[in-house]
Amino acid sequence: MKPPLTVQLRKRLGRTRNSFSLDLEFHAAPGITILFGPSGAGKTSVLDCNAGLLTPDSGRIAIGEHVLFDASKGINLATPRRQVGYVFQDLALFPHLSVLENVEYGLSHLLRRQRRERSSGILDAFRVTGLGSRKISEVSGGERQRVALARTLVTDPAVLLLDEPLTALDASTKSKIISDLRSWNAAHGIPILYVTHSREEVFALGERVVALDRGRIVAQGTPHEVLDAPQQETIAQLAGFENIFDASVESTNADRGTMTCKLHQEKVGSSVLLETPLVRAEVGAKLRVGIYAGDILLATVLPIGLSARNVIAGNIVSLEQRDVIVSARVNCGVEMEVHLTLAARDALELVPGKQVWLVIKTHSCRLMQK
Amino acid sequence: MSIDWQAFWLTAQLAFVVSAVLLILGLPLAYWIAFSRWRWKFLVEAVVALPIVLPPTVLGFYVLVALGSRSLLGRWWIACTGHTLAFTFKGLVIGSILYSLPFAVQPFAASFAAIDRRLIAASATLGTSPWATFFRVIVPLSVPGLITGVVLTFAHTMGEFGVVLMVGGNIPGVTRTVSIDIYDRVQASDYAGAHETALLLLIFCFVVLAVVYGLNRRPRSLGPAT
Repeated sequence: MKPPLTVQLRKRLGRTRNSFSLDLEFHAAPGITILFGPSGAGKTSVLDCNAGLLTPDSGRIAIGEHVLFDASKGINLATPRRQVGYVFQDLALFPHLSVLENVEYGLSHLLRRQRRERSSGILDAFRVTGLGSRKISEVSGGERQRVALARTLVTDPAVLLLDEPLTALDASTKSKIISDLRSWNAAHGIPILYVTHSREEVFALGERVVALDRGRIVAQGTPHEVLDAPQQETIAQLAGFENIFDASVESTNADRGTMTCKLHQEKVGSSVLLETPLVRAEVGAKLRVGIYAGDILLATVLPIGLSARNVIAGNIVSLEQRDVIVSARVNCGVEMEVHLTLAARDALELVPGKQVWLVIKTHSCRLMQK
Repeated sequence: MSIDWQAFWLTAQLAFVVSAVLLILGLPLAYWIAFSRWRWKFLVEAVVALPIVLPPTVLGFYVLVALGSRSLLGRWWIACTGHTLAFTFKGLVIGSILYSLPFAVQPFAASFAAIDRRLIAASATLGTSPWATFFRVIVPLSVPGLITGVVLTFAHTMGEFGVVLMVGGNIPGVTRTVSIDIYDRVQASDYAGAHETALLLLIFCFVVLAVVYGLNRRPRSLGPAT
């Protein structure tokens, strides 16, 4: 196992309007650490500071004992001397060089024979062996990502920075590349900082997530801790809740691990009671509740004998088809969005105005601080 | 044929030397213009562009004064070599370098500036020094711009008149260039001779520009196709 990356920095970003400061401190152990946040949160700037492409105003960045940047001691290593591998969002492969020449670019200090050995090893590891003589413009998107990873990893970096390298790829190509990266790092064990704004990638990759918003760390922990129990509303919106309501705590049932919240919605002007998981909150406390549209069941008769604790009557306000799902808006005191399949819509003969019951499990109600 | 081949040869020599010198001087200057973040950089850019709009006689006049025996540079040169720079081939080279500077530096700088900065950053993260990055990434990706700059410099120097007349005068075999030869013939009412030489220069310049535009037209897929 290689030494961890420790980052502590402040940096003012942007022009006068819209400017904000990066101000954060984290620690990336060997393995994958995800930097998660909306675009404009400063994720790429954090990577640029680590690579020496951007100079922080203050702070310290080190890989174990190897100090890359220390404002108080006036240390600021030039990028080529940092041993920090960086795969950019647009990959930045050299268009005038072949695949092999790209991969061997960072090995010019070695003898030709050693270069060939190293490059053919890494091309094998990332399954792009046969492409060596091709031009970059002649290989596919997925192959380019592999070449970019190979070009960076062949130089044996002490830390790897990945800036949304896989966003453009389909899910199966993505998961193959991720598993190749994982097996490479099983042997090398370096810290990898992986920037993404995709929730799926966080769950697919994550050992540890650092959530960023406007330059600050708003949450960190396992993907489950950060994304399933969001503490900050920006993360909640990111995590893709279609339904977010203002709520107040009506009563708590500490022995059963639940509480009852009253949801309000200004638009509708009425309210509804919902059983939610228990959190540390006083009766009357103001909270927010997020519910995924896909976590809500819809029934046309009053269901009985269910484990789910919330069965709420309502009326369909509208139905809208989006690709292969149907988004139904249901007024049940507040207006909720529910996702169902085309087949379900047809089988239940759903039309606007029809009376329905919404079924929501207690633990599908995610609570956030307001 | 009444073409003054000596003048042609001299002009070609001048154009060759000036192109070579400007390739060497122009690369670092263009690099600085393309990548410097100095706030007063625009002043330098304006100075570099001056010869495009300045009457050649104005530029020639100041070069002549600077090279003459009363200036610091002129006196130093005389002290070193024993003769003056004005009205010599070397003086002509200096004047022409200044006169053609923008024709080399501007295409160089434009093609450097057009390079994706992330390619340069990628080179640095792969452990490559800025110096090596210049030769391994920036220059190879700027080849069309470099060819354009060199060819334009060559052609522009070939057709130079005002600066040459001011700085070099009209000494056969030393400073008498093609355009001065043409002017001379017209003054002497030798229209047939002037026409032959002028036509030759016209064809030459057309061919050169056709080559430049032909090279730049060739589709090159630079940068990642996304």
